[in-house]
Amino acid sequence: MATAGAATPRPYVATPRRGPITRLLEDERWLASALLLPTIVLLGLFIAYPFVKGVLLAVTDTKVGIPGKFVGFDNFEKLWHDNIFHVAVYNTFLYTAVTTVFKLALGLWLALLLNRHFRGKAMVRAFILLPFIIPTVLSTFAWKWMFDPTFSVLNWILYQANIITGRVNWLGDPDLAIISVMVVNIWRGVPFFAITLLAGLQTISPELHEAAAIDGARAWNRFRHVTWPLLLPVTMVVVLFSVIQTFADFQLVYVLTGGGPANATHLFATYAYQIGVGTGLLSEGAAVSLAIFPVLLLVVIIQLLYIRRVETV
Amino acid sequence: MAQVAIRNLNKMYDDVHAVKDVNLDIRDKEFVVLVGPSGCGKTTTLRMVAGLESITSGRILIDDQVVNDLAPMDRDIAMVFQNYALYPHMSVYDNMAFGLKMRKFEKSEIQKRVQDAAEILGIQDYLKRKPRQLSGGQRQRVALGRAIVRHPRVFLFDEPLSNLDAKLRVQMRVELKKLHERLGTTAIYVTHDQVEAMTLGDRVVVMRDGWVQQVGDPMELYNEPANLFVAGFIGSPAMNFATVRITAENGDLWAVGDGIRLKAPAAFANSLGPYTGKEVVFGIRPENLRIVPDTDPAEMSIDAIVEVVERLGSEILLDVAVGPITMVAAVEPTVRAKVHDRLRLAVNPDRLHFFDIERETAI
Amino acid sequence: MIEGARWRRWVFFNIPLLLFIVALLFPFYWMIVTSVRPDKELYRPWNAANYTPFWTLNPTLEHIRELLTETLFSTWMMNTMLIATASTLISLFCGLLAGYALSRLKFPFAGSIGTGIFITYLVPQTLLFIPLADVIRNFHLGDSPWALILTYPTFLIPFCTWLMMGYFKSIPKELEECARIDGATRWKAMVYIIFPIAVPGILSAGIFAFTLSWNEFIYALVFLSSPEQKTVPVGVTSELVRGDVFYWGQLMAGALLGSIPVAFVYSFFVEHYVSGITGSVKG
Repeated sequence: MATAGAATPRPYVATPRRGPITRLLEDERWLASALLLPTIVLLGLFIAYPFVKGVLLAVTDTKVGIPGKFVGFDNFEKLWHDNIFHVAVYNTFLYTAVTTVFKLALGLWLALLLNRHFRGKAMVRAFILLPFIIPTVLSTFAWKWMFDPTFSVLNWILYQANIITGRVNWLGDPDLAIISVMVVNIWRGVPFFAITLLAGLQTISPELHEAAAIDGARAWNRFRHVTWPLLLPVTMVVVLFSVIQTFADFQLVYVLTGGGPANATHLFATYAYQIGVGTGLLSEGAAVSLAIFPVLLLVVIIQLLYIRRVETV
Repeated sequence: MAQVAIRNLNKMYDDVHAVKDVNLDIRDKEFVVLVGPSGCGKTTTLRMVAGLESITSGRILIDDQVVNDLAPMDRDIAMVFQNYALYPHMSVYDNMAFGLKMRKFEKSEIQKRVQDAAEILGIQDYLKRKPRQLSGGQRQRVALGRAIVRHPRVFLFDEPLSNLDAKLRVQMRVELKKLHERLGTTAIYVTHDQVEAMTLGDRVVVMRDGWVQQVGDPMELYNEPANLFVAGFIGSPAMNFATVRITAENGDLWAVGDGIRLKAPAAFANSLGPYTGKEVVFGIRPENLRIVPDTDPAEMSIDAIVEVVERLGSEILLDVAVGPITMVAAVEPTVRAKVHDRLRLAVNPDRLHFFDIERETAI
Repeated sequence: MIEGARWRRWVFFNIPLLLFIVALLFPFYWMIVTSVRPDKELYRPWNAANYTPFWTLNPTLEHIRELLTETLFSTWMMNTMLIATASTLISLFCGLLAGYALSRLKFPFAGSIGTGIFITYLVPQTLLFIPLADVIRNFHLGDSPWALILTYPTFLIPFCTWLMMGYFKSIPKELEECARIDGATRWKAMVYIIFPIAVPGILSAGIFAFTLSWNEFIYALVFLSSPEQKTVPVGVTSELVRGDVFYWGQLMAGALLGSIPVAFVYSFFVEHYVSGITGSVKG
């Protein structure tokens, strides 16, 4: 066919011969199905299926190696009376609320600083993201070492600055331990907030600021009435993302305190791990981690409603 | 080379009826322009011919073969888009060769065809460049080149010149016309610009709200617009309209309105007769108005007061008040008219238009 | 941009920024110093007279040598590299195709499938690890890299899909329409025209996915048990802590070396990474 094409005008083939697969994939619906197939298979096998399985597991008394039988809501009832679970619930909400507020405030501050022009800005921006990209577990070990009661550099700094007089047992004291965990979470989360908010800030056209400045608005008013309203959509999304991640956090507590001292710093995830994997009570562990689900659902609903609103506006 | 036939073509988007019962026969080697305001269905029609939109009902035939279910790649057509749609990651050469490669042409043949097309369009020097390194006019040529290397049966153009500045647009318009004469490929061209439609089209199809309003060669549309819409859409500056009442006096028909009193030419006697005593829309093009001395008979002229004088160089446009409405008259550049001048404008009796006020059709 | 006096710039800009930088980077500095500090200096209490926290006069590579020779660290690095690369490639493949379908094609249930993928994007790993461990066991994938190569995509695909959808939407659809008229099938138009143009987006998604899988902890912790199968985060956590004894020099050396690949990838593609982050929330 190619050789015939050269000299004479190529004769038009009335019905081009196309294979059945080619013809099928020309149909949008079939092509879409084919393109989505791998994703749906993987997500179905490793998200939807385990989720159903988790729900089924939570209503049995399965232990490792021992198939369970149906026990209804016994596991949840047990949790209802479980003091450690109460602590975990309290901790999780407190942890999420406190760290989110701080991450937002500090992240916004950092973003506003980075939104100005200064030499080495690209460099600074690249470096401050390090806490976010370096594997969490590894950087958390550095913190654990910094919190070490005997060798703590933080103690040394605070002592030299005359803020403390004796040693501070950062991770040994229940109250201090949860605060320490929060500090590390904030440390890790601020760059993410700062960079996403900075991206939001950069979409706000400078003319708006100039207009506001000409109007005689001072810096704070300028921020409140011009920047903040325009930044709100991005902030909303970032906060919701962060809330889910923080609520379901595991690594920081696992590495820093392991839930201790005396189960005082457990979150949902670490407690679920301790019960489900540590003790082998699979069904109870599944029940604990399912407790994350209502909050997840709430955030998803807010998120979807919010997206819909933004799209229809 | 090919003819295209469109039969009872309809397109529904959810609840929007975008194309309504379009019928059109495009002859071999013909250059047909679809023109109309945005949302009139012209682009949708073109995209259905291309195979990019599914057809709700009706048929499209290329060379007597129904192509409704044929994929775009199998229709043997080429299309030039408004934004050129050049592949940004390919050189100009590869852009032009892509279609041929997809059709598994031999390398030497591809090279020959690309070279030929590049020569025709004067872009031989840019073959190695990436699209982003080209100016708007050069990109336009590459897009054209990509279409012509294929030697397709039909060219489709979707507002290809509207991204160019005014000067370049006029230049490219001429080149397109020459190119078509040279290649003789059947072409369907969509535009919202009636000047482009008139200058390029062998025939022009005026569309509005999904309906075809009129099909005809440019002069036909200009001289005998089928309805009020076509009359107002074709021609620049646009035709003047006024509502008048038809009255019969002494065996003659008169068109009488506020500030207008004209004797209808005998040619209209039959067609206007039934409208006696009724209102119709009267239309006259600016270029069919002419300044005459006040002594001329009033029955073939309109008295007006100059409101604005626009000197275009080759002609002068006078915005004049006729009763409560404003009309435009295109007059010789030698005319010395000032604002507030009182003028008598003679109408060209062969160029009068009357339209049914309800159905908007020409009488 | 300079408003007012010089001191104002210091108080409102230079000092806060400097504090942020120090606070955010200090742990890494501490990591580096610790990993080259000899043991006898390392275990000197903070209130000892000769405690010199910020430097050492006797830097040593002993910890790194021990880490590489006496532990399975290099095996863990290889494991993590393999798992992160494979799961990233799988996720990119799936995410590209799914993102294209969801942003470009019209088909029934497109909206609900898109929403479904978006929801899985929000599902945290800690919600499902217990039943998922069961599923892994049933599929006989336990304690093998496949357990992670196949499960990491569950949180990477939604992310990649989301990011690619955003990217595809920015590419004019006339490009593929033109390609299809030029003689390409829908498939070829996608592969030859759209994907090459989407390379920056693919890079962003790929780099982000790579760092996420390098970072992942709980699945690796739960699904893998033998020391020679572990990934860096899990290996460091479970194997470098013997009983109650922390070998801090080795731990910090491990943390440092284990961070290098991500830091390396990151340093080359900062811009792509940043657009990946911002794209991940904006879509």
